[in-house]
Amino acid sequence: MKELINKLSKDFNITDAVYQRPSLTFVTVPKGVAISLVTDLRDYEGYSHFVMMSCVDWIEEGKFQLLYLLHNPETKTDIGVKTFIDRENAEMASAHHLWKQVWTYQRELKEAFGIDFPGSPRVDEDFVVEGWVEMPHMRRDFDTKEYSENTYFPRPGRETNDPATYMRKKLYPNEPITAKKQDNDK
Amino acid sequence: MSEKDMNDKVNEMLQRSETNVKKAEKTFIHPEDEEREVVAPDGSIIKINPIYDYFSNEKPTEEKPCSGVIEKFLNWARAESIWVLGFGTGCGSIEIPPLVTPRFDMFRFGVQMRPTPRQSNAFIISGYLSVKTLKRVIRTYEQMPSPKYILALGSCTINGGMYYDSYSTINRLDKYIPVDVYIAGCMPRPEALLAGFMKLKELIKEGKGEKANEYARNFDEYKANQKKIIKDWNMPDYNW
Amino acid sequence: MINKFLGFEPDKEKLPSLTAKIGDDIDLSSHKYQKIWLGPNHPGVTGNMSVELWVQGNTVVKAKTHVGYLHRGFEKLIERRLFVQGFPTSIRMCVAEPDTNEYLIATCTEQLSGYDKAVPEMAKWLRMLSLEMARLQGLLRGVPGQGGTFALGLGVQWGVYLRDLILDRFEELTGARVYHMYIIPGGVRGLLPDGFKERMEDNLRDIDDFIIRIRRLMFHNSVFKKRAKGLAIVTPEMVDKYGIVGTTARGCGVKRDVRKDDPYLHYEQLDFDPPTDTDGDVYARTWVRWQELIQTVDLIRQIMAKMPDKGDIKTPMPNVLHWKIPKGETYVRLESGRGEYGMYYVTDGSDKPRRVNLRGPSYTHAIALLEDLLVGADVADVHGIMVSLQTCPPEIER
Repeated sequence: MKELINKLSKDFNITDAVYQRPSLTFVTVPKGVAISLVTDLRDYEGYSHFVMMSCVDWIEEGKFQLLYLLHNPETKTDIGVKTFIDRENAEMASAHHLWKQVWTYQRELKEAFGIDFPGSPRVDEDFVVEGWVEMPHMRRDFDTKEYSENTYFPRPGRETNDPATYMRKKLYPNEPITAKKQDNDK
Repeated sequence: MSEKDMNDKVNEMLQRSETNVKKAEKTFIHPEDEEREVVAPDGSIIKINPIYDYFSNEKPTEEKPCSGVIEKFLNWARAESIWVLGFGTGCGSIEIPPLVTPRFDMFRFGVQMRPTPRQSNAFIISGYLSVKTLKRVIRTYEQMPSPKYILALGSCTINGGMYYDSYSTINRLDKYIPVDVYIAGCMPRPEALLAGFMKLKELIKEGKGEKANEYARNFDEYKANQKKIIKDWNMPDYNW
Repeated sequence: MINKFLGFEPDKEKLPSLTAKIGDDIDLSSHKYQKIWLGPNHPGVTGNMSVELWVQGNTVVKAKTHVGYLHRGFEKLIERRLFVQGFPTSIRMCVAEPDTNEYLIATCTEQLSGYDKAVPEMAKWLRMLSLEMARLQGLLRGVPGQGGTFALGLGVQWGVYLRDLILDRFEELTGARVYHMYIIPGGVRGLLPDGFKERMEDNLRDIDDFIIRIRRLMFHNSVFKKRAKGLAIVTPEMVDKYGIVGTTARGCGVKRDVRKDDPYLHYEQLDFDPPTDTDGDVYARTWVRWQELIQTVDLIRQIMAKMPDKGDIKTPMPNVLHWKIPKGETYVRLESGRGEYGMYYVTDGSDKPRRVNLRGPSYTHAIALLEDLLVGADVADVHGIMVSLQTCPPEIER
């Protein structure tokens, strides 16, 4: 795996490489290089199976992290190509011409994070939510609990059975009550 | 918490939700449902609005039960022939196949699955309902002939269950359509479902299976609740 | 010449052309095509999803999959729950084989927190047993279900009954029928109950019998053969292009099996060879699944013979209420009954995950592949094709 990354870093501007497992490596490249690196991996290095495409919202840094995960059926190794794009007016080059299923992922990311992929087929169609008028629902600053409480009709009485308190009582009865109060779900 | 406090809280929540719901800016009418002009077979040009012209938009009406022995006989007949619509709306639908196969065989109680809403009088809401499915559920429910019964499966229909904070699933089903029997559990076992059917039979025989009339009586209220969360309302108000 | 039955000469222009026009430019107002919706309220559709079909006569010329009817926002919900609280939430992502989700989320958290080496031997064997039982109950629905789509309902009656027996064993082992929550971070929740192996062996013998009978019922049946042979052919070239995995890929001769390619747990200690076929049609895929049914029964027997009798089942874990996992990301995959099933897990050093993304085989099978395979198919075969791709909508929309 290391040889491959060294070889690739001659041609591509690989800024970071994390060897998660012997068979799984994550590399970080600038936004403009990502699609050409993915194409290179597919055509010349044998990473022909597109596993998934994902996005992580790093709201503190104002960045979206896009991930293209590829699998090589010959060497049985995986490589994840990561790239960071701006959160404001997020836009990324489309990769729908490389694999047939990529446009589905891009359509989902457009809906869930608001990342635009110009040229990707059917990218503006609704994917899972219908008639959604709020901000894209997978962004970190969208508060699903608040939205749910305001929109649907919560049945009163739910707060009497707080799982965190219950777990604390049941699993760690000796833990002092002064322990830091968890700011988690009811 | 006393009952009064609880009611106050619910009212407060209702008010809050009214102020917070955003109005949809774009229209969600499908291209084929748009108002348009078509050429009739005789050559004349007519204007059609599919949503209002293809469906009856009339409100449902309440039907008074018959009196005495006749109603008792009808209720007995209704209770012994519960025909369930085969629409698996959630993950609870995985427990339906065991019910129609020999082990938990529900045919022995006169319960059977039907493929279309026109032939069925019971609807199993099998678990969580996303808003997208709720739209289809309402449409299907209104197409079923009266008297009709709703069995709501799983804790997610009662109070949202583990999806209580999800932006996509509803919390209380009975705000949108009237529910006859709730079956608790995540997910309920087939035995629980059978018990639910028995309970439903009891209710019908006692003459309490009148939820279709309740829906007609409180139609405006239910419709307001439905429209509050279905922001892309692009169908007739009552499509039977 | 005037048609003597109609009394007038039909306008040929207005009749559908025999060669269907495939593509986006289908003009519904030409009256040559019709649009129909299959689902969500339809007994033949796999779960709660719908396919929008443009048909010409009986032939599909264009198809669009619509999903989202089962969307619950799992990935969002898990982001705002503790690691251990996200656990019962995550396993509901796919109802057909919930154990696969348990294994994935447990392994992801273990790998990122450095506990993956500490999982006891016994727990690994029990995890394998529960995963294979999940595969078996999935196949017991899936293989006869394929016959069910071609109006062969008897096999479904047998299969669902036998699946119920496996669910009974699950109930003994874990306490629940469908959602087990058996595989937890650090190990599993319980040892085998007394007499479990004997009762399991009884059930497996019943299933052996069923396997023979379903072969005679389905694969020797002329109707099934005639309808399934040559239907929806997947070629080996399509496998990488569409990201096809699992039995669908093995049905056309491409041997992809995570259990062999990237062995997890103790699969390298088991003796098995993933079955393949060459035709790539619905019949071949069903045949591969039927062979896998035999293999799964064999694997369960092997696991029960090779597993130790007792041992530690759980490694001590930190206080789950204050459990923080350092910043990192990983991808874990396994072979579910439908193919490669994976989870991308990102942590940011807090007590909640930053991002969880599930990769289900249906995501590619039911959208990109199904839409292309349906073109040219008969309307009556649409369910058969959907079931043969093992469509499971909850894992598409999560």
